[in-house]
Amino acid sequence: MNWSERLSPTVNAIPPSGIRRFFDIAADMKGVISLGVGEPDFVTPWHIRESCIYGLHKGYTSYTSNYGLLELREEIVKSLYNDYQVTYDPRQEVLVTVGVSEALDLAMRALLSPGDEVLVPEPCYVSYKSCVTLAGGVAVTVPTSIDNQFCITADQLEAYVTPRTKVLLIGYPNNPTGAVMTREALMSIAAFAQKHDLIVISDEIYAKLTYDATHTCFSSLPDMRDRTIVLNGFSKAYAMTGWRIGYAASNADFIGAMTKIHQYTMLCTPITAQVAAIEALKRGESQVTHMVTEYNQRRRLILDGFREIGLECFEPKGAFYVFPSIKSTGLTSLEFAEQLLMSEKVALVPGNAFGDSGEGFVRCSYATSTKNITEALQRIGRFVAKF
Amino acid sequence: MKELLECLERDHTQSPEQLAVMLNRPAPEIAALIKQFQDEKIILKYQTIIDWEKAGVDNVTAVIEVKITPQREVGFDAIAERICRYPEVRGLYLMSGGYDLSVTIEGASLRDVADFVSTKLSTIDGVVSTNTNFMLKKYKYAGVIIDDLEEEHRLVVSP
Repeated sequence: MNWSERLSPTVNAIPPSGIRRFFDIAADMKGVISLGVGEPDFVTPWHIRESCIYGLHKGYTSYTSNYGLLELREEIVKSLYNDYQVTYDPRQEVLVTVGVSEALDLAMRALLSPGDEVLVPEPCYVSYKSCVTLAGGVAVTVPTSIDNQFCITADQLEAYVTPRTKVLLIGYPNNPTGAVMTREALMSIAAFAQKHDLIVISDEIYAKLTYDATHTCFSSLPDMRDRTIVLNGFSKAYAMTGWRIGYAASNADFIGAMTKIHQYTMLCTPITAQVAAIEALKRGESQVTHMVTEYNQRRRLILDGFREIGLECFEPKGAFYVFPSIKSTGLTSLEFAEQLLMSEKVALVPGNAFGDSGEGFVRCSYATSTKNITEALQRIGRFVAKF
Repeated sequence: MKELLECLERDHTQSPEQLAVMLNRPAPEIAALIKQFQDEKIILKYQTIIDWEKAGVDNVTAVIEVKITPQREVGFDAIAERICRYPEVRGLYLMSGGYDLSVTIEGASLRDVADFVSTKLSTIDGVVSTNTNFMLKKYKYAGVIIDDLEEEHRLVVSP
């Protein structure tokens, strides 16, 4: 029986993740130093883990409201106000989700009709385009480049707008480039969204990992609150990737529609993760500061290292990635990543895994120890010297 | 510069050049700061934390609660100063609560520690009483968990 004929054509048409293939090779090798990991090397701070254990002792094992525990939603609203002075009603305007990934999927499914277009600046997180496709929409990629430090401008976006354009999906600080957008730059994007009456989905999962700059929450910009769905979570800032917990904040209509899907597909986010997330928001700030300080030190170290090696690398001010250009070697991203892995046992991710405009670059995560970074840089330097 | 000291406390083997990059300061400035911290005894010493039990070296540690009579003009300091000087004393703190000094002693055997308490510590003028507590197991020392069960569980490559 030909199973692929029985699968949905939509699913069949989605290419497998470019990262998966790499993982399969690297996972079996010994002595690999990985700069390919898209999650913190810190474990979740103990007080957060302990609060979950305590919660289990107290019998927190049930379903919660579809929206999530009210106490958690109240804490989320407080933190959004404290950080960005944007206000939400915890009862109707916040939905706790299974990571930002679920929130993104819900947002797309709630908004898109078949053929609706979503502007997706690239390079971008691997799931963006697939989420659009799975929801029946059309992802219209907008390439960004190192010339503009991988930021988007309204002028660039204008060229891609059609009568079917409905949503703009942005993710800053950016995975994989580490780019951030200033408030001024976002203001012009806001004006663009208003002009074309677009809904903006802003994935801000790396917001707290911003260095020597200030993060601007898109919905905090004038007149943007009601046309923006802010996605955020706990994975990166609180080192809680495996807990799978995030949230969406927006106006009650959008959140209500997303909740409708969430209640029939997920019901609720695991209560254990929600209990831990409350503790993270209430008492986790000092640990976040500590982790951000260390990431910033490593960021400078790895950036300096790549420049010493002679690879062009713009200064990323967010997330925990650097995105050096490997064009000077004459190799493609994939060739560079594969040959480096085989000859020097350093794993990183080819830039084209994040879209065509990532070709010629590689993503290197500095969510690893300074010793690993130093050793990896030496190996990469040795490898690059051959070209 | 607190951030530099924190970096050194975490790993003092990092070179001034590397620290300079990490802290976004000129290397000569970092080298000068480190020297200044050493000269001013802000950095007291660079030390290695060893799991002696794993190394197969037996020793005994005791925490002794000491009550003393404070002395005119010098309070607790003069007696503390005398106790400090013994190499067996690994830690010494003035405490609030039911006793005055907490003295951590390390010896090769129980007998060593007992001898120290009875012949050296108790006989100091001004020491009123001692209460010796032997340490049975060390779980965490100098901020390091001795037998840390946490392992790296991350995938080698992930999005």
